[in-house]
Amino acid sequence: MKYRHIKKWILLAGIVLSAVASHFSGTINSYYLQIVIFIGINITLAVSLNLINGYTGQFSLGHAGFMAIGAYVSAYLSTEHSSAFFKAFGTNFFSIALLFIGVLIAGGLVASVAGLIVGVPSLRLKGDYLAIVTLGFGEIIRVLIQNTDAVGGPRGYSGIASYTTLFWTYSVAAITIYVVVSLIDSTYGRGFLTVRDDEVAAEAVGINTTRYKVTAFVLGAFFAGVAGGLYAHSTTYINPSGFDFQRSIEIVIMVILGGMGSTAGVTFAAILLTLLLEYLRFVSGYEWLPEIVRRIAQNRVIIYSLVLIALMLLRPQGLFGRLPRRGIPVGGMAASRRTKLPAASA
Amino acid sequence: MPIPLLDLQQCSVRFGGLTAVSAFDLQISADDLIGLIGPNGAGKTTVFNVVTGVYRPTAGAITFESASISGLKPSSIARRGIARTFQNIRLFPTLSVFDNVRAGFNLHLRHGLAHALWRMGTFYREENNVAQQVRELLEIFDLSKFADALCSSLSYGDQRRLEIVRALATRPKLLLLDEPAAGMNPREKEKLMELIQLVKQKFKIAVLLVEHDMKVVMGICERIAVLDYGIKIAEGTPAEVQANPKVIEAYLGEETKKV
Repeated sequence: MKYRHIKKWILLAGIVLSAVASHFSGTINSYYLQIVIFIGINITLAVSLNLINGYTGQFSLGHAGFMAIGAYVSAYLSTEHSSAFFKAFGTNFFSIALLFIGVLIAGGLVASVAGLIVGVPSLRLKGDYLAIVTLGFGEIIRVLIQNTDAVGGPRGYSGIASYTTLFWTYSVAAITIYVVVSLIDSTYGRGFLTVRDDEVAAEAVGINTTRYKVTAFVLGAFFAGVAGGLYAHSTTYINPSGFDFQRSIEIVIMVILGGMGSTAGVTFAAILLTLLLEYLRFVSGYEWLPEIVRRIAQNRVIIYSLVLIALMLLRPQGLFGRLPRRGIPVGGMAASRRTKLPAASA
Repeated sequence: MPIPLLDLQQCSVRFGGLTAVSAFDLQISADDLIGLIGPNGAGKTTVFNVVTGVYRPTAGAITFESASISGLKPSSIARRGIARTFQNIRLFPTLSVFDNVRAGFNLHLRHGLAHALWRMGTFYREENNVAQQVRELLEIFDLSKFADALCSSLSYGDQRRLEIVRALATRPKLLLLDEPAAGMNPREKEKLMELIQLVKQKFKIAVLLVEHDMKVVMGICERIAVLDYGIKIAEGTPAEVQANPKVIEAYLGEETKKV
């Protein structure tokens, strides 16, 4: 019980660290800063999707849709309604922070309502069917935005204030990780895993699987919405095509690459994949490389496919994932020595 | 006669044109150990599924503690105090033995999501409480040494036992066991019979047992109901059932008349 509050301390440390890093962000090349912020946003997206896809075992392909909702709602609020807010509270550091927190949470809440709307009918569907419904949902959101003139339609929405800093990005990432990790590390949260493992058995021991699935969708969508808000206030310009199917796939790949149901793995994969994709921009510019290699490097879809094929061949459970294997207890040989399992001693 | 714990009245389940269970009556009192037997396809598992809410009865009524439970979700029925095991073991394969049992305590949690995130004193008190009860249960059934092992690494017999422990964690008033002896060797079967007796005495609950193995059923059940083609053809003590000509006919076929 000595380490009872360790999760909270780590969360606090993460927030303080991002504040410190943010303080020195002026000294970093703005291109690198942008990448580091994208990494933080992708961590938030991947970890929140992992709650739905990894821990609860529902295959959602609509995360970019939730992100789009959060991005547009928060951008619209902070752009169109900020003048009244600043008139009331004055324009200073704290009022900006308050406004930004407000619009991020608003974006997250609207996204989580969308998560509820998608989650409820999706409960009757499993696997591929659920994937297709969530994919369709993401596309519907995109098309709706494309046809909404108030937020620029297909031209995109520009003139968003640049509020996103390292501090906000990594605080949100830290909070997301904290929420998912502490949720799973509780008797209540283990319910998500039972839904993934065996729905019939979960119901038979009195676990309301419907409730867990909807909770996963609502929470996952909330953080995707907040991540969308961070993204909008980082790039200051958003465009419906930035939240398309490919974006959803990108987040799903981070989850699969990291290992379904491993927050550490998914965080690592989000960092790795974001860096890889940025690096490939350089690769496609190297004149000395053959034309074909440069073309491949330019095309994200090909890279994703290659990453996935390599992963399935070499490590199907993901980088940090653990496959349930018969005869091998959790924790590998150390655990088997401790528990003296007859199966492992053979 | 006191009010039965579980009361099935004229329960029928039809799948399209097929009647799996037809006008089935069964009363179970709070301390009964009842066996449900019958040839393959007689509808035994269907009875289980209709009691636990997996299927809805096409006709008839199911009451548990004088309240109707027909049409409720399986999780709500489990919350009211009916737990079950499955014919083919259904544990949570990626969870440890400890967590499998812990899942059975999920329905007793008074705190949910907010407490799991806020993590203050009440949360830890409840978690400790659950952990201690899980450990006690594992201790009773001699599974403590596997607590941290992945449940799929246990032997077949231990997995069966773990499934019963998980069901008991929900603190049921009625436990349904679906073919617990399936695939067990004679020694394991004997241990299982002891286990069922232990469960009944220690937890003071009613047990309904579906089983093919006559030695097990006849050995421990106080009362036996026999199903054939979805119809109850006999009910009584093991001796009565064994002597019943209808039961013999269902199992062995009609005696041919000598020419």
